[in-house]
Amino acid sequence: MSLLTAYPDLVAALPAGPVLLTADEPVADFSDTPVWLSLVKALFLFVYVMLSMVIVIWFERRVIGRMQQRPGPNRFGPLGILQTLADGIKLFLKEDIRPRNADVVMYFAAPLIVASMAFVSFAIIPLGGPVNMFGHTTPLQLTDTPVAVLLVLAVAGVGAYGFVLAGWSSGSTYPLLGGLRSTAQVISYEIAMGLSLVAVFLFAGSMSTSQIVEAQSQTWFLGIPSWYVIPLFFSFVVYVVTMVGETNRLPFDLAEGEGELGGGFHTEYSSMKFAMFFLGEYINMFTVSALATTLFLGGWHAPWPLNTLFDGFFDQGWWGLLWFTLKMWLFIWFFVWLRGSLPRVRYDQFMKLGWKILIPLSLAWVVAVMMIRAAQEGYFGEGRWSVVATLVIIGVFVLLGIFLWDRAAQRALAEREAQQAVPPEVDPFAQGFPVPPLPGQKLIEPRTGIEAARPVPASTTSGAADTDQTTPEERRG
Amino acid sequence: MADQTDPTTPSRRESADAPATGGPRTDPRGGKKEPGIVEQMFAPVAGFGVTFATMFRKVATTEYPEVKRPTARRFHGRHQLNRYPDGLEKCIGCELCAWACPADAIYVEAADNIPGARYSPGERYGRVYQINYLRCIFCGLCIEACPTRALTMTNEFELADSARAPLIYERHQLLAPLGPDMVAPPFPMAEGMSERDYYRGQVTGPTQEQKDYVAQRDARTAEEGTA
Repeated sequence: MSLLTAYPDLVAALPAGPVLLTADEPVADFSDTPVWLSLVKALFLFVYVMLSMVIVIWFERRVIGRMQQRPGPNRFGPLGILQTLADGIKLFLKEDIRPRNADVVMYFAAPLIVASMAFVSFAIIPLGGPVNMFGHTTPLQLTDTPVAVLLVLAVAGVGAYGFVLAGWSSGSTYPLLGGLRSTAQVISYEIAMGLSLVAVFLFAGSMSTSQIVEAQSQTWFLGIPSWYVIPLFFSFVVYVVTMVGETNRLPFDLAEGEGELGGGFHTEYSSMKFAMFFLGEYINMFTVSALATTLFLGGWHAPWPLNTLFDGFFDQGWWGLLWFTLKMWLFIWFFVWLRGSLPRVRYDQFMKLGWKILIPLSLAWVVAVMMIRAAQEGYFGEGRWSVVATLVIIGVFVLLGIFLWDRAAQRALAEREAQQAVPPEVDPFAQGFPVPPLPGQKLIEPRTGIEAARPVPASTTSGAADTDQTTPEERRG
Repeated sequence: MADQTDPTTPSRRESADAPATGGPRTDPRGGKKEPGIVEQMFAPVAGFGVTFATMFRKVATTEYPEVKRPTARRFHGRHQLNRYPDGLEKCIGCELCAWACPADAIYVEAADNIPGARYSPGERYGRVYQINYLRCIFCGLCIEACPTRALTMTNEFELADSARAPLIYERHQLLAPLGPDMVAPPFPMAEGMSERDYYRGQVTGPTQEQKDYVAQRDARTAEEGTA
């Protein structure tokens, strides 16, 4: 944390560094930010995140309650807003249990890793534009680097260690399974998440968060800002799916599936250590929401009609904090909505979605975006026609892909139906033991006991006249 | 029954409500509308709509300790030992309630009514009357067993406690409070009335003699208290 805080000064100290002078260097200007102000901002950020965490636990329970037509917590404080405080006090007063089989060092380190890593990512999120703080003009952002978004991914990866280690070090079966699931989940969904972010990098030409926000503030027409949620809608959808997978939230909370794994990786944790997991999980929600806001919803800039009013009055200074918070809470509300609406998916479905759908589609999408960007930048020749031609070619490929997909799906469906087709009659003893018929099947009645005697032509005189086969008996019933 | 087209088994209900010329969007079996194209498109995520719409519905919760909904009129709640209109207790200590109780929750000890201390008309009264609400299952068999309608149930249901002992209710907790006209036993029966007359409802309130007796008794106990 302290290294990151010091980083802007390093940047300022090395203005002639050849690496930093590329086009993707952050727009945020930290030249007027002394170290003590960075510390103040770090403290502010910590308070902001902690307050958000305290509110979101209450918010989630209230909203879920309303979605289930009940009030939710409403006892402690106005509208029950102090419920989180009561929960926290309760958690801290609980007995701290350490299982005998636990690996002591890792058992203690895991919740610390989860809780502390959750805060780190917020350092590079721009909460607002340049503001005046204690006589210095400084961006409302702790720090920024040319690879800021990669930092978020890296920190998320390190945070996953916390879950894995927690599961492993508990010395218990269910936590181990939960930890393994958590690893698999983070690995599979970080690939798709990274790919969805690549499209943003290609459009913004930078991985610095301030640069990405700046790129989105350019307007199209009527002052509508070019938020990446519109041109990169597919990336946005993929990101939203993967961010739910990353944060272990319903419907993807397989790492702590209560129905299957007790509590998952935190089964053996109690008291403050459990509270740290809890805290880390909720802050992770904020981190991914903040990143989504920054990368797709224009960051701290005001939403459309407001950014044009009064010569951009609402689009500067401390107003940014308000817009940023609102957009972030929109995602939080979406998380809660998901939890209120969807049941947990099965593990194989989850993995199938990640590896067979999200990753291949994201790859194809990134290639398409690359082509479009290359055409826009003039690599395929000058003029407007190259962009149009690229779009047409991509469209042809998309249609072809859809056609092939559809054909493959239809063939698979036909095959499956052929496999599952029920034969009209089955012999229940075919495999040596009796089996009940499947729905729609008819059993061949097994021959029981004595067989019917064959007709014996006993009489030679009038037998043939009695058994008249030509007029069958009328069926009744 | 499943095959509605079979003419031999006509469904009377169907022929009654389904019009002969149903619209094109009318399902012939249920009368429910077929989903339109928009509904079909959003069918996989219709659950989101349900939760979203529910957010704006009225909350169904009764805020219990603040808002108390009345119980059903014949709700089986806490028991009550009733009194005759003059204030004498109806309980005669017969223990039929205790014998009827399937949970063995009632304990009764009877005692004789002696001339100086008459609590109920007749021979005996319930000197000890306990109901253990940790055992009681509120079945009401004791109420059915009571020969004098002394034991009935109220609608009171808030019978929780953090200890066991207070949940064994004693006679003084179960006895109905004195009505406006009643006087507190012990006092003799109304003059000229028998136990049977009490039971038939011919006593409608304390007589003057009974009131005087109680006033004298109270004055005497007050004197003894001061002396």
